[in-house]
Amino acid sequence: MMVRGRSVAIAAAAVLCLLGTGGLFPDLPEELAISTNEIGHPGGRLSVSLRSEPKTLNPVTSTDISSREVIAQLTSDLIHINRLSQQTEPALAKTWQVTPDGLRYTLHLRRGLRFSDGHSFDADDVVFSFKAYLDENVRSPQRDLLLVGNHPITVRKVDSYTVSVELSRPYAAAERLFDGVAMLPKHLLEGAYNSGKLSQVWSLDTPAQQIVGLGPFRLKEYVPGQRIVLERNPYFWKADHEGQRLPYLQEILFFFVPNADAEVIRFQAGESDVINRVSAEDYSVLEKDQGTRFRLWDLGPSLEFNFLFFNLNRAIPDESSALAQKQTGWFRLIKFRQAVSLAIDREAITHIVYRGRGTALWSPVTPANRLWVNLSTPHPPRSVQDARALLQSAGFSWKQDGTLLDRSLLPVEFTIITSASNTQRMKMATMVQADLKDLGIRVEIVPIEFHSLLDRIFKTHDYEAAVLGLGGGDVDPNSDMNVWSSGGNDHVWDLGEPHPSTDWEREIDLLMEQQLSALQTEKRKALYDRVQVILAEELPIICLASPNVLVGARNDVANFNPAPLDPHTLWNSPELFLARGDSRHQ
Amino acid sequence: MRYGKRFALSLLCITVLHGIAPFAGFFAPYDYAEQNRNLPYAPPSKIHFRDTQGTFHWRPCICLPKERQGTFGVYDEDRGNCFPVHFLVRGTRYRVLGVFQSTIHLFGVSSPGKIFVLGSDGYGRDGLSRLLYGTCLSLFSGSLATALTLGLGVLLGTIAGYFGGWWDAIIMRLVELFLALPWLYLLLGIRAFLPLHIDPSQAFLLLIAVIGVVGWARPARIIRGIALSERERGYVLAARMFGASDAYVMRRHIAPSTYGVLLTQAALLAPQYIAAEVTLSFLGLGVTEPVPTWGNMLSVLQQYDVLVSYWWMWAPAGALILVGTMYWRLASAQQTAEVTAH
Repeated sequence: MMVRGRSVAIAAAAVLCLLGTGGLFPDLPEELAISTNEIGHPGGRLSVSLRSEPKTLNPVTSTDISSREVIAQLTSDLIHINRLSQQTEPALAKTWQVTPDGLRYTLHLRRGLRFSDGHSFDADDVVFSFKAYLDENVRSPQRDLLLVGNHPITVRKVDSYTVSVELSRPYAAAERLFDGVAMLPKHLLEGAYNSGKLSQVWSLDTPAQQIVGLGPFRLKEYVPGQRIVLERNPYFWKADHEGQRLPYLQEILFFFVPNADAEVIRFQAGESDVINRVSAEDYSVLEKDQGTRFRLWDLGPSLEFNFLFFNLNRAIPDESSALAQKQTGWFRLIKFRQAVSLAIDREAITHIVYRGRGTALWSPVTPANRLWVNLSTPHPPRSVQDARALLQSAGFSWKQDGTLLDRSLLPVEFTIITSASNTQRMKMATMVQADLKDLGIRVEIVPIEFHSLLDRIFKTHDYEAAVLGLGGGDVDPNSDMNVWSSGGNDHVWDLGEPHPSTDWEREIDLLMEQQLSALQTEKRKALYDRVQVILAEELPIICLASPNVLVGARNDVANFNPAPLDPHTLWNSPELFLARGDSRHQ
Repeated sequence: MRYGKRFALSLLCITVLHGIAPFAGFFAPYDYAEQNRNLPYAPPSKIHFRDTQGTFHWRPCICLPKERQGTFGVYDEDRGNCFPVHFLVRGTRYRVLGVFQSTIHLFGVSSPGKIFVLGSDGYGRDGLSRLLYGTCLSLFSGSLATALTLGLGVLLGTIAGYFGGWWDAIIMRLVELFLALPWLYLLLGIRAFLPLHIDPSQAFLLLIAVIGVVGWARPARIIRGIALSERERGYVLAARMFGASDAYVMRRHIAPSTYGVLLTQAALLAPQYIAAEVTLSFLGLGVTEPVPTWGNMLSVLQQYDVLVSYWWMWAPAGALILVGTMYWRLASAQQTAEVTAH
């Protein structure tokens, strides 16, 4: 069947030549990217489970993980972040230059590339794509990422295969902005854009032939509630070093499962070939069968950091409420937060919650971020004694039965809200509850539905403390700008206040601004190191632990090269092939 | 009426269970919230009567489980590190019936030994201790809710049946309304309306109130039927002719004739209400961590790995089945006895 697979590729190449000589398209040599991976053989179908059905296939408007996972296979970006090396590498742009002031990037596109419908790709498509993403009326979630110093980047066509990108101010690592920004086919979408309907195109009802991209695969079939099938894009812009065009796989089948348990059971049963984001609990179940049909990977720490934080919002709706008392009283006391942090047994959390497959955290930058982590941030071990001493020095005292009392002799108690559907964070909260009991603090845990949790944290600010997790998509400090800067949308502990309220928040704002425009990596690193130290000392969020990235794949999935960076598994889908021969060849 | 052996046995079991439940602190070797973070998911301790040399001892001993290096929840028994089991030992302080304090436990081993008769959970908390404390809450939530339901049922049912007319019409329409309500969704709905964070004891009482109030309709209808037929009986008419008040007639003549039905209803409703508490806590809407009930103990079985890896986490399900069966046997024995009596 391998022979047949190859003949498909040859036939496709022949069709290409015919089209080329037929004068339908300008006759240009294709500038393909060459993969250095192991040579594979074409054909086969890879089955992958998705925990929810994608909501759209429109790269401009998609936000949910499932949609983005499928869209990533259908589209390509100009400059891509290599998930293994964490560095940028050429994609649709084969080279780029930046002016010494860092304000202007010139990108040279690969020539002769075609969309999955055979139409050629050039600078007009690039300019159109950025116009669409940056248009405020389209309301693309990507728009915020393409703002530099609150001004959108400007993309201009220089010639058919060259574009220039101008920034309003120097922006470190600007080439990382292009990762994940899918290039759109102008010939298909310009009409919709002009009539203001771009955000409605490419829903799941759209006929497969009308969804066109530069990715390794193109849409073949969508069955609501069941599956999405992608087929190989014969025009994909990568080849292996023998000149064989990628991807090797003939098809990728995404099928939908209701939850993580179902995903594990289907993988165990051999119905899916790859499993992503396995929890430590499920990993230990799978471990028992490991080796026979599939392998598992523990890729070490992820970028996700889980943390406890107190409501430090300055906008307080009701000054006299119990919550307001706590907000202005205990929670704002740095010594109180430090004592809480000192009393938490993080090593036990990684052992119990992540079964040893996790890392205790004292600062939000996890060791997975090799380029930016500051390993010298303070991480004091658990000490109830020191915590008690801190509380005492801040005027707290203890009742006879051990209950902690504040200055006005009120018992210290608060509630922690957390997502009811996330068992790992529930466990963390339960352990924090037991740890703080040693200080005489009474903690109630309130598991609530995830969306109402987000509502309380981000909109109504009606909570006392919460356990939450954030996971950066990229390693670069710029991607966490909205968490650490005072005006940021994810500045969880104090939202909606554009100006810093404390000296240390002012310093963080300044440092983040400085690193944004500093162009030397060493200088940026020094600035970001300082941010990490401040966060570890002032504890606006009390970091707890980071789970390891755990994935699995069947033994016969070759070139499988999972990475700690999202999306972990299928990021190198063009190079994947099935070593099992022809059993599943379509 | 002859109730027979089957009835006596079931009744004895249920009485014993209810009787020991308040003394959970005495029978449990540890506090329900005490975590042993180095012993998550430890299997039930093996009781040894022979030492490593094979010599027999009358006093049993248990060996310290040791987590295998670099693993999670995989244990070896450290046979060199054994602890004899002692009876009536001092341990953590607990309360009986919320009043008496004590530190005496039925059995235990000296520190650092740990005896986990029913294994430990994900935080290394003793399964048996949690089951016993959970039994106390689950059984009493069932009984109290049943008492509440039957109290309401008898009151409203008797009024409807005895007085008839408008009383009857209004109460019976209410009964139909309550019977038509899908109770689980109603409970979920009511729970959602209640304040988000209430402490476990309040949550427990609320749960009982909610379960009890929702269920009064069925017994009320049955009691009404009895009252309706009783009030036409000769002795009732005679009593009224002699000038007996309504309250007297209801107390002296109508109520006694409902006892049999009430007992059967109680035996049927109690396990149903225990299951209702288990359901709500299982869904995270009942009593919250770290206070155990059968429901929230079982809720970890929603996780696939726990379901397939740690069989001792099923213990509350076993207890639920046992108690359910006992109640059912009681109800059916009672019914048989009543049928033969008439």
